[in-house]
Amino acid sequence: MSAQPCLGVTRVPARKRYVLRRWLLLGLSCAGLLACSAVRPPVVAAGWLQAGSTPALGWSVSSQQLATLRPAIYPDGHGLPPGQGLAGNGARLYATQCASCHGAQGEGGTAPELVGGEGPLTRPDADKTLLTYWPYATTLFDTVARSMPPAAPGHLSADQLYALCAWLLERNGLWPADTPLDATGLASVRMPNRAGFIAHRPTDGP
Amino acid sequence: MDVICPDATQNAPRRGAMSPFLDRRVFLRRGAQLALALPVAAQAGPALAAASDAGAIDAHGAHTDPGPATLDAPSQGVAGAGFSNYGMPAAAERRVIRLTGSNRDVPGNGVSWTPLESLEGILTPSGLHFERHHNGVPQVDPQQFKLTLHGLVARPLRFDLAALLRYPLQSRLLFVECGGNSNAGWHAEPMQKPAGSVHGLVSCSEWTGVPLRLLLAEAGVDPRASWVIASGLDAAATEVSLPLAKLQGDALLALYQNGERLRAENGYPLRLILPGWEGVTQIKWLHRLEVTDRPVMSRNETAQYSELRPDGRADQFTFVMGPKSLITSPSFGQHLPAPGVYEVRGLAWSGHGAVAAVEVSADGGRNWSLARLEPPVLDRCFTRFRAAWRWDGKPAVLQSRVRDTHGNVQPGRAALVAERGRNGYFHYNAIVSWAVDADGVLSHVYV
Repeated sequence: MSAQPCLGVTRVPARKRYVLRRWLLLGLSCAGLLACSAVRPPVVAAGWLQAGSTPALGWSVSSQQLATLRPAIYPDGHGLPPGQGLAGNGARLYATQCASCHGAQGEGGTAPELVGGEGPLTRPDADKTLLTYWPYATTLFDTVARSMPPAAPGHLSADQLYALCAWLLERNGLWPADTPLDATGLASVRMPNRAGFIAHRPTDGP
Repeated sequence: MDVICPDATQNAPRRGAMSPFLDRRVFLRRGAQLALALPVAAQAGPALAAASDAGAIDAHGAHTDPGPATLDAPSQGVAGAGFSNYGMPAAAERRVIRLTGSNRDVPGNGVSWTPLESLEGILTPSGLHFERHHNGVPQVDPQQFKLTLHGLVARPLRFDLAALLRYPLQSRLLFVECGGNSNAGWHAEPMQKPAGSVHGLVSCSEWTGVPLRLLLAEAGVDPRASWVIASGLDAAATEVSLPLAKLQGDALLALYQNGERLRAENGYPLRLILPGWEGVTQIKWLHRLEVTDRPVMSRNETAQYSELRPDGRADQFTFVMGPKSLITSPSFGQHLPAPGVYEVRGLAWSGHGAVAAVEVSADGGRNWSLARLEPPVLDRCFTRFRAAWRWDGKPAVLQSRVRDTHGNVQPGRAALVAERGRNGYFHYNAIVSWAVDADGVLSHVYV
């Protein structure tokens, strides 16, 4: 390798310079082609699938085991646990569990406001709140159940969760104060912005 | 010359002496006489600028070194430091860090930005990969870890890490971008912060993992299925609904990042990687995949990561990150010490495919020149672009714009705001403008 002239330092005859430049250009083009061919992602799994010889190292799971998983909660109420709660009980829970971040009356603080919100959403400074923006009440239950309060998430009972949701919905004029909220009731709440979303189904590509 | 926007043909770049961008070959050929590009002095390194300013220019146009007369480095003649079990950045580079920002009451709810303006090439060091956590980084015991795949499948399955590591692996260089990256762009006034502190919720790594389609095939997906609900082990129990087709396509269950096992803050021990899609869908600490026939409508796919339109409706499930480019040097906070030739350097990417072309402008978008794309130019990966630019010492506005392999073009800010209003919040991908004043100081401007 030491015999190779270092381009640009060693004097190279004009003809050789031309040839070297041609080879250099060819090399660069090849590098470019390689780069282009790499644009299409390799389909590594295809061969394994065609051969029918995937490793198959998963354990089967029994229905009893699956029943221990927290069910996904859908807008129609599917997955909601049994239980119920009144807004009055929710108010007390809110004060101890939520008010320090969301404000004493749900007006917001270091966490988003949960009560009220100025419409319409076409305003230059649109207010995207539970009342003005959220399309489903079940999402509120699910979010609180899985992630609130942040210091100790996932520990509120179903009755506590229904009570909290009852209070928040009552404050927003979406649930009566004297009616216990349960799975059927929660799924029946029609949020004001229910029809405000355009659901896309993107294909993988342009 | 190729132009990115068909309607910009009247603004086709002017050739020759009129264009401040030098032809690449001219630049390289003349490099020796020009003593290469002058260094761009960062704010953090005023000594560099001072040295350049202080140095005299000799008869050949080269700067004379104003430093001490001896050329031997002072470190020679002293025994070096010993070996280390895990290397760290050079001591003098310890200021190249992720800036962090989080909620006062919930320290685990926030972000850290990749300092894009301080990095080169296309790979983000793992320790500088951006973060967006909703309630902190969980400590997951790899011995206890299991992935559960269930729902509308013939055979619900559970996998531990030892099993997953025996599956065929695939490595891909891919960017990951938060759907909320660059959202300060919606503000009325341009944010005066370094490039990475505004646009740095995007990073690029080599991800290695198991193609998810293998596991889905083993479980036997029910023909009625169309969605998959993915859940993380974080304290926020982050959960999103994803179209099954993507998961049966190019989805990876990532175990490795840049050659080593995932960093804790990037999902250790298992992270979903969905090439080109917004970061929130690429669930970290992934432990559960439920195959289903409809989306669950979680908070992060309704109240958040949806885009409000000017007409008051909102776009939902806008997963693909649009084409975007950004000049990382020179950029805000940097300083051009003197007129001369500089290399304009930046990054371009698109969630739709690969980068097809990047153009650069020095006059706020009136004239454009093609930048050089540095190989490799890969699908849904950062692409580094470069352009030699002669700064004449007059005020200039530097911009870049990208076109991807599917013909998608990065919009100007005015066009983006006109189309999407000011409350879109997510998926901001407008052209970024850096103004250079007569003193060589860079600032962020809207054009």
